[in-house]
Amino acid sequence: MTPPGTQHRSDDPDGTVAQLESLAERVLAARRPGDAVEIVLSHSRGTSVRVHDGAVESLTSSDSSGAGVRVVRDGRLGFAHCGSLDLDVLLGTLEAASDNCTFGEPDPHNGLVEPDGVPVVPQQGWTPAVEQRSAEQRIATALELERLVTGRDPRVVAARSTTYGDASSTSVIMSTTGVRAGERSSSSSVSTQPMARSGDETQIGASYDAARDPADLDLHRVADEAVERATRLLGARKPPSGRLTVVLEPRLALGLLGIVSGMLSGDAVVKGRSPFADRRGEVIAAPCITLWDDPTRQESLGAEEVDGEGLATRPNQLIADGRLVDFLRDGYVGRRTGEGSTASAVRGARSLPGIGAQVLVMSPGTRDLDELVATIDHGLFVNSLSGLHSGVNAVSGDFSVGADGLVIRDGALAEPVRELTLASTLQRLLLDVREVGGDATWLPSGHRGASLVIDDVAASGA
Amino acid sequence: MPTDAIPLLDQDVVGRVIAAALTRGGDFAEVFVEDKQSSSALLDDGRVEELSSGRDRGAGIRVVVGESTGFAHTSDLSELGLLEAARTAAAAARGAGAGGVAAALVPTAGTARTSAAIPPGEVAKARKVELLLAADGHARSTGGAITQVTARYADSHRRILVANSDGVLAGDDQVRTLFSVSCVASGDTGMQTGRESVGRTVGFELFDDHDVTELAGNAARRALSKLAARPAPSGERTVVIGPGGGGVMFHEACGHGLEADLVAKGASVFAGRMGEQVASSLVTLVDDGTMDGEWGGASIDDEGRPTRRNVLIQDGVLVDYMWDTLRARADGRAPSGNGRRQSYQHLPMVRMTNTYLVGGSSSPDEIVADTADGVYIAHLGGGQVNTATGDFVFGMTEAYLIEDGRITEPLREGNLIGNGPAVLAAIDAVGNDFAMGSPGTCGKDGQGVPVGDGVPTLRVASGLTIGGTAA
Repeated sequence: MTPPGTQHRSDDPDGTVAQLESLAERVLAARRPGDAVEIVLSHSRGTSVRVHDGAVESLTSSDSSGAGVRVVRDGRLGFAHCGSLDLDVLLGTLEAASDNCTFGEPDPHNGLVEPDGVPVVPQQGWTPAVEQRSAEQRIATALELERLVTGRDPRVVAARSTTYGDASSTSVIMSTTGVRAGERSSSSSVSTQPMARSGDETQIGASYDAARDPADLDLHRVADEAVERATRLLGARKPPSGRLTVVLEPRLALGLLGIVSGMLSGDAVVKGRSPFADRRGEVIAAPCITLWDDPTRQESLGAEEVDGEGLATRPNQLIADGRLVDFLRDGYVGRRTGEGSTASAVRGARSLPGIGAQVLVMSPGTRDLDELVATIDHGLFVNSLSGLHSGVNAVSGDFSVGADGLVIRDGALAEPVRELTLASTLQRLLLDVREVGGDATWLPSGHRGASLVIDDVAASGA
Repeated sequence: MPTDAIPLLDQDVVGRVIAAALTRGGDFAEVFVEDKQSSSALLDDGRVEELSSGRDRGAGIRVVVGESTGFAHTSDLSELGLLEAARTAAAAARGAGAGGVAAALVPTAGTARTSAAIPPGEVAKARKVELLLAADGHARSTGGAITQVTARYADSHRRILVANSDGVLAGDDQVRTLFSVSCVASGDTGMQTGRESVGRTVGFELFDDHDVTELAGNAARRALSKLAARPAPSGERTVVIGPGGGGVMFHEACGHGLEADLVAKGASVFAGRMGEQVASSLVTLVDDGTMDGEWGGASIDDEGRPTRRNVLIQDGVLVDYMWDTLRARADGRAPSGNGRRQSYQHLPMVRMTNTYLVGGSSSPDEIVADTADGVYIAHLGGGQVNTATGDFVFGMTEAYLIEDGRITEPLREGNLIGNGPAVLAAIDAVGNDFAMGSPGTCGKDGQGVPVGDGVPTLRVASGLTIGGTAA
């Protein structure tokens, strides 16, 4: 059985996508009459290397399969997943999903998406370079990074761990409502956590990079950043409490806006869990903030041709010059609000889709980081934030996190501080942004971030 | 015999797979087989949204040569599939040439009860749905200010078999059941949330001892009370932590720092301090995987070693770290039953199980009455630690001011920050009302495992900074 309305398929030179598609077709063909069924299949092979003190600590060879089946019948939803691509197991999973369907309560908005005519923006997510890497090359990359890290500064005595990893994945999504899409993708990454010592004190820094092709990994940048983050905190003390101006580097700015994007999820909006639910068209942030979710951007490592329900991804503007433009929707919320999906379903094969931003893109300001710091009399340049999961509440907006960093005094970076908290509310933080940096960068997380300067944040210390 | 109860793999096949793993040499080889079935049901927005179920099975095989480990995993549990994974692991271990030797397999049994009296898989799905509806109804009945309720039921049945070249052959059958309720309350000041959960390493009999409407009521009360909450203070305060809810603090303040793998790398502030006073003499800290039915417990760890009750800090003195097989081998001692992994796709490492502070002698009421000014934390959220510096944070999800020895106004949520050794030294009262806390998931190097914790009422006189906005 081939569903109508065939969508898109990436390059598939050796037929790995076609193999999964044919498996998916066989499962869909076995569905109960009247069931609407969606199946996601994925297969991934990867290698990861962890090195320590010039030697391999572990070398892992992984081969993972996953499948998820969603069934909708009479407005009821059931889901089942498994870690296998054996046809028998998949048919059992279909049956389990269909049985689970019996117990959910009906909702007229439950259903599966139908292709909505938005064309796919092709992505080059796959390269043969990953699979062509030898074990020796993979190990050599990790060891090289560790050498760079431990050779940068005499105070860096070791790295807690240094890793290299890569993977090649294939996935397909197919449904009885006409969705049919397949993608291959490759990824590679390196990470390191150097430890800097001075007397009895130890500070850990961290950095990582990711790329489609391992040859594009920037080991020197990772080593520089990680070492700087460890060494610049040596001698840090607990500062006094007070209100100050905070500077967040692009990666930390993105961490903050990532939480905000979750509050703009249509699911939170329709279920009364977003403080921004009734604010569309209103000013929710400083006028310097413009934010998109755009998974079509080829420069991004997070770029995808289709979302977790198989619809072509598309650019969605969330905030324009501080004004709330739109929320993110999946098929369910699109039907419930009558506005359609924004193709913002995110998922793994083993989970039901949820709504999330895929590739956040911040519009940059003009001044670089040094110029921003020079404008601040009394502030904090943040090195790291902790407790983002335990002290930030996306429903109430309460925001309270641990921090360390460098004091900004009279327009220049000064002494290091640690063991302090930063607190505000997410609503206030957005309005208190004074400036966005001109240093917009594509981050290894796939997002495009720029520095943020935020005024009047409560810092709690001694 | 545990392996009879868990026929995941024939013993002869296990032996051949270990032998294959050692064909290129190696000091140690292990096969870990896992078959995990899970199911969950979610109620949100007044409606049972969906039921889910899943099954994952496979094997992870590792070969250790010196300090280096080769690891491969497969979802193919046929002998051919396992042998291929064993060869891949052996190649990854870059063995020292000659074949390694495996000891004969000797089945061992664990000590904790981890099986279920009522297997959740045998309970009708409709019964699980009833629990969700009861929780939702009760939470909403507490008042119109409760504007949203999410209730979730989840169970898992994890069967494992572990065998290694030291002759270990062990299996376990681990059933866990979890129920959680989250509420949103809305008022003039905006929205607030409250959550409550219960989870144990037991079957559906969980609900014989735990009433889901009571959970729902607690979650709702927590959300409602915060509608009138004032901003938390900022700066250092004396903190009293209520029974049960505060184990997360010890998990972060010193638990991770007592993991032998971090200690060996010099990434712990507790490295090199064995035998020293590292905490107030009121502190006796235990990690105990054998606790009957507790969320972080199991009969054996994920390296096939029986779990144990391990005293880590005795009367303030550091007496032991936690160990997995590799760290224990390197130090020439026995493992402590703390080698755990998220799944067959992951390597084991040193992890906590159920970590708790042993109860003291003070009356909890007197501890509060004896506190002139401070903050009372009834319920904590998660936390995070930098083990190298000992700096840690944890969230407070239900907290009040203490004024003149009395618990007064509710506070909004936030994090607290402190330094492990400083906070442990500043504990000046420990109550006699020990209780275990909520089920947790501990993350380390990308792997999540279930953990439990518990504390009696305790007071930290100094060293904790409240991350609020009020002066």
